[in-house]
Amino acid sequence: MFSKILIANRGEIACRAMRTANRMGIATVAVYSEADRTALHTVSADEAVLIGPAASADSYLRIDKIIAACKETGADAVYPGYGFLSENSEFAAKLAAENIVFIGPGQHAIESMGDKITSKKLAIDAGVSTVPGHADIIRDTDHAVEISSQIGYPVMLKASAGGGGKGMRVAYDEAQCREGFERASNEARSSFGDDRVFIEKFIEQPRHIEIQVLADKHGNTLYLNERECSIQRRHQKVIEEAPSPFLNDATRKAMGEQACALAKAVDYHSAGTVEFIVDKNSNFYFLEMNTRLQVEHPVTEMITGLDLVEQMIHVAAGNELSIRQSDIGINGWSMEARVYAENPFREFLPSTGRLIRYSEPTDIENVRIDSGIREGGEVSIYYDPMISKLITWGSDRNTAITTMQNALDRYLIDGVTTNIPFLAALFDHTDFRAGDFSTNFIEHHYPAGFERLDPDAEGTLAMDAVAVTARLLTEQRDRQISGTLYPQQALTALDMCVIDQTRNTRYHIVTDDNSNFTLTSDTASTVINTHWTPGQPVIEATVDGNKTIYQLVPTPLGFQLSNGRFQKSLTLLAPHVAALHQHMPERKVVDTSKLLLSPMPGLLVSVLVAEGDTVRAGDSLAVVEAMKMENVLKAEQDGVVAKIYESAGATLDVDQKILDFE
Amino acid sequence: MQSIDQQLQERRLAARTGGGQARIDKHHARGKLTARERLEALLDEDSFKESDMFVEHRCVDFGMQDQKIPGDGVITGWGTINGRLVFVFSQDFTVFGGSLSEAHAEKICKVMDQAMKAGAPLIGLNDSGGARIQEGVASLGGYADVFQRNVLASGVIPQISMIMGPCAGGAVYSPAMTDFIFMIRDSSYMFVTGPEVVKTVTHEEVTHEELGGADTHAMTSGVCDIAFENELEALQQLRDFYDFLPLSNREKPPTRPTNDSMHRRENSLDTLVPDNPNQPYDMKELILKIVDDSHFFEIQPDYARNIIIGMARMNGSTVGIVANQPLVLAGCLDIKSSIKAARFVRFCDAFNIPIVTLVDVPGFLPGTAQEYGGIIKHGAKLLFAYAECTVPKITVITRKAYGGAYDVMASKHLRGDVNLAWPNAEIAVMGPKGAVEIIFRNDIGDPEKIARRTEEYREKFANPFIAASRGYIDDVIKPSGTRQHICKSLAMLASKELENPWRKHDNLPL
Repeated sequence: MFSKILIANRGEIACRAMRTANRMGIATVAVYSEADRTALHTVSADEAVLIGPAASADSYLRIDKIIAACKETGADAVYPGYGFLSENSEFAAKLAAENIVFIGPGQHAIESMGDKITSKKLAIDAGVSTVPGHADIIRDTDHAVEISSQIGYPVMLKASAGGGGKGMRVAYDEAQCREGFERASNEARSSFGDDRVFIEKFIEQPRHIEIQVLADKHGNTLYLNERECSIQRRHQKVIEEAPSPFLNDATRKAMGEQACALAKAVDYHSAGTVEFIVDKNSNFYFLEMNTRLQVEHPVTEMITGLDLVEQMIHVAAGNELSIRQSDIGINGWSMEARVYAENPFREFLPSTGRLIRYSEPTDIENVRIDSGIREGGEVSIYYDPMISKLITWGSDRNTAITTMQNALDRYLIDGVTTNIPFLAALFDHTDFRAGDFSTNFIEHHYPAGFERLDPDAEGTLAMDAVAVTARLLTEQRDRQISGTLYPQQALTALDMCVIDQTRNTRYHIVTDDNSNFTLTSDTASTVINTHWTPGQPVIEATVDGNKTIYQLVPTPLGFQLSNGRFQKSLTLLAPHVAALHQHMPERKVVDTSKLLLSPMPGLLVSVLVAEGDTVRAGDSLAVVEAMKMENVLKAEQDGVVAKIYESAGATLDVDQKILDFE
Repeated sequence: MQSIDQQLQERRLAARTGGGQARIDKHHARGKLTARERLEALLDEDSFKESDMFVEHRCVDFGMQDQKIPGDGVITGWGTINGRLVFVFSQDFTVFGGSLSEAHAEKICKVMDQAMKAGAPLIGLNDSGGARIQEGVASLGGYADVFQRNVLASGVIPQISMIMGPCAGGAVYSPAMTDFIFMIRDSSYMFVTGPEVVKTVTHEEVTHEELGGADTHAMTSGVCDIAFENELEALQQLRDFYDFLPLSNREKPPTRPTNDSMHRRENSLDTLVPDNPNQPYDMKELILKIVDDSHFFEIQPDYARNIIIGMARMNGSTVGIVANQPLVLAGCLDIKSSIKAARFVRFCDAFNIPIVTLVDVPGFLPGTAQEYGGIIKHGAKLLFAYAECTVPKITVITRKAYGGAYDVMASKHLRGDVNLAWPNAEIAVMGPKGAVEIIFRNDIGDPEKIARRTEEYREKFANPFIAASRGYIDDVIKPSGTRQHICKSLAMLASKELENPWRKHDNLPL
C-alpha cells in the first residue's frame, strides 16, 4: 500500500479523497495555488505544496509542478479527482515515467475513451448498444444529408472533440441538417481546433443514466448499478440519484453487463462510468465513458456502502477487489444536489465572494455533505463555482427527497448567492417527485428562468406561526432588561398582527412552558413546538406536527423568513400599532442604477468598458484607487454603456459620475 | 350646569381630538401619524401618563383668545419602553401647526425638569411649524428656556430628538443640542433658513428635501443620526435603540440576558483580513461576529462611512463600538469621521458605556480640502475625546495602525485598558513603502534596492511585536478568539474607577 498520496486537485473532491486516505492510514499531500493558501483542502492535508498562481493553467494543470511536488514530498501515488488532469493521458504517462502511481485507469483506457469516435467504435466491437448513427467522420454537407436520411430524422450533429453542448446541433429535416452541419463544424473548429463532426440518431425524451463500473488489475470487473442524472441545466448535471426511478431489473442488468464488457475491452482498472442515454421505451444507447471518479459518485456509495476512493486506491496498489458482483445490492435511495454559487433569479450568473456565514445542515440525519469550503472561505473567480454536494439517503425515494428538502431549508450561506431556491423548487416539483422527467426537464418547466413561488395557505400559516412564536420569545427576552420601573410579569400570551403586501392577520399566541405554543386566528389554530432562542439565525420548529426550518433575519418591523423554497418579509405589530400601519406611505424606488458614481474621492486607475459595450450585472466597470487601495466598481445590473465621462488618470470626487447606461 | 365629571370628559375629548378630524385626516394622508398615535407606537401599551392636558395658551392678540385647544399643541408626560421609564413630549401639528407658544414651551420645560429629577431619558417627537408668531417674543423666550434645559441635561440624561415634520429656524437648535437626531425620509426636514430665503439671498434654487431632508442630513451634513423609512419603523427602531441606553449618568448601562456564549469562537475571522495589505475587507463582518446575537445598532450609517459607530451588547450589556472601515477611503481618518467618532465617544463616556475600538487605520487623509477645512482641530477632537474618556476602553488592532492615527484610536498611551492586536497587525509610523522612501531617499532611483529595503522594513516593523515589546499592546490574539478576549476584558473592567482632575469643564478644540 502507498505511504503517501498527493491529491492533484482542489475543493470538495480533494477534501473527500483526503478523508478516505486518512482513514486508510495514508499520509496526504495537497497542492494549492496562491488563491488557495487558506483553502480547506490546503489546511486539511498533512503537507501542502504551493504550485503557482491562481489561474488553473498556471497551477492545477501544470504537470511539471505537480510531479516536482511529488518528488519534494516523497509521495508514491497521485489521486487526480475529476476535472483538471484526471483524464489527461500525458499526465498518467509522465507519472509512470517517474515511478509514481496514477490512481486511475491505464493510459490506453484514458486515450481510447477520451475520443468520441474511437470510443464508439470500441463499444460497437464490444457489443455495446450505441445510438444509431455513422461512426465515421462526415466529409461534407451532402454526405451529412445522405447519412441523416439513412439514420432517419431527427438526427444530432456532434463535434468529435466536443463536450458541454458545444458543437451540437439537432436537425429535424434536410434543410436543418445542411445548416446544422456547417455551424457544428465551424463551432467545433473555433472551440476545439478540430472540426470533425459525426451524426447520430437524436433521442427524444431522453434520460441520462450511467453505470458505475469498478475493475481491478486481476480481471475482475463489476458494475455498481446506475445513477440517473437527467436533471440537467445546459448539459450540466444539477440533481443526481441512485437508483434510477425508471429502470427495471432486467434493463439494469443488461446495462451493467454491457458497461463491464466495454471496460474489459480497454483493460479498464479503477472506477469508471459508462454513460447511457435511455429513451422512453427503455432502449439504452452508449454515450461515452468517463475514466475517472464522477462528481456524483456519492449516491452510488450511499446505496452500495462502498467507498469508491478507497477501492480506487486498492486497485491502483495492485490489490484484488474483495467483492464480487453478487455482493452488490441496492440499499435504499440516495439523492445528490449540486449547490452552486450562482444566482438562479438572474440567469444563473455566477456569484463570487467571501462566505460570511456558512453552516452546513450536518445535524440532520442521513445527510452527507461533500464540500471543500468553510465559513470565511472564498468562492473565487478562478475555479468552478460549486460550493458543495448535498447528498441524502432514505429507505425510499420520498424519504430521501424529504430529507433533502429539510437540508436545503437549513443550509445557511451568506456572502454569495446560491442556487438553493432552485434546487428546492426542483425537489418540490410534482413531475420530479413522480419520477416523470427527461433531460429536457429544466428547459421544459423553466423556459423563462426561475422565480420563487409564494407559499400556499398552509405554508403561509406555518410561516406566520413561526414568526409570531419568534416574536413572543423575543419580547419575553426584551422584558428581562434591567432597570424596569415595576417588576415585570412573565409574558405568556400576546396578540400580534402579521402584515405583508396583501393582508393583515391578527393572531393570539399563548405558551405555558416556552417551548409549546398555541396560535389562533379567526380562521385557524396551530400548535408550534420549538426550542429557538432570540439571536439564533435558524429556527427549527414543528408546526402541527410538521417539521419546518426557516432562516430568520430581523428587519426594522419584523422578520425576513426564508428557507429553500420560500422567502418572505413579514411585518409584526401589536394590534394597536398595526392599526396605524395603513397610514404608512408606499415607498417609491429611486432609480440610480443608470449611473456609475465614484463611491469615494480617488484616482481613476482604469475604465474597463467602452461606450456601447453590453455589460452584465457583476461585470467590472472601472477601478478607483483611494488611499492606495484599488476598488473595483461593478455593474449592478445588465445594461449598455451609454457615455463615459472620465478617463484613466482622472481625479474623482465622491459621487462624481464616471459613466452612465442607456 | 354640567357636572365636573362631564366637564372633565369633554375637556379630555377636546384634548384628544387635537386640531380636529379634518386636520388629522390630512395629516394621515401625508403618511404621518398624530402626536398621540406616535406615542402609542413608541411606548409600552397603556403605559403613558399624560400631564398638562388642560394647559392652554394665554395669547389675546390677533383673535387667539377665541382659539384655544387643550394641550396647546404638545402632549407631555412619561411612560415605559420595555418596562423602563422614559419622559416624552410629542408636538401636535394639527394644533396651530405644532407651533411653540409660551405655554407649549412651559410644558416641554416641565417634563424636562421632571426627567432631570427622576433621572430618566427624554424623547422629543418634533413636528412643529416653528414659533407661534402671534405670541412674538414670548415664543422666542420659550425656545431659549428649552435650549437652556437641553444644555443642562446634556451628559446627565440621554436626550433623543425624532424629527417627524418641519423643524426650521431657531427650532432646530433644541434637537441640535440633544444626543441623537433621527429623521423620517420624505416627511421631515430641518434647516436654519428655508428654500425661499436661500433663493433671495444666495440665488440658489433648492427644494425642502434637498436643503434639509432626512437624506441630506444623514449623508451630507451629518446632522441626522439615522434616516428612517417611515414613522412606524422609526418609532419601533427607537424602542430597540432605547434598550441600549442607561437611564442617566448615575447608572450603568442596562443588561439583558443572552444565550450567546462569551466563549463563542469565530474561526472565519482568521481569514477576514486579506493577504494583500492594499485589499479592503468589511469591518462590519467583524463587528457582527463579536457582539451578542450579531445585533449591532449602527448610528450615522450613511455619513463618513470610513468610520463605523454604534451600539451593541457584549456579556448582555451595552458597549459602544468605534471601528475604522477599510472598505471606505481605506478606513482613514478625516474631518467628518473624526467629528462623528468623537461625539460618539463622548456620549459613551458621559453615560458609562464601555468603548470597543477596532483599528485598521492607514493615517489621516491628506489634501488641501482637509487642511483648509481644519483637520488639525477636527482630528484633535477624536484624540481629545479618547484621551479624556474614563469608561473601560478595549482596543483591537486588526491590521494597520499607522502614524498619529495609531495614537488617536484608543491607544495604550490614551489610557487604553486592554489593547490587543491580531497577528498581522502593523503598528508603525507609516507604511513600509513610505518609510523606506524617506529613510533611504538616496536609493529612490533604484527600484530594486527600494523593493529590498521595503521588504526588510516590512519584516522588521510590520508586526505587532515591537509595540508589544514596549507594552503598548497587552497581547497578540488570534482573530477567532476576539469575542472571548473582549468579553473577558469587559468583565474584568466592570468595576473600573478612574477620574479626571477637577475642572469647570474641559476646552475641547471646537
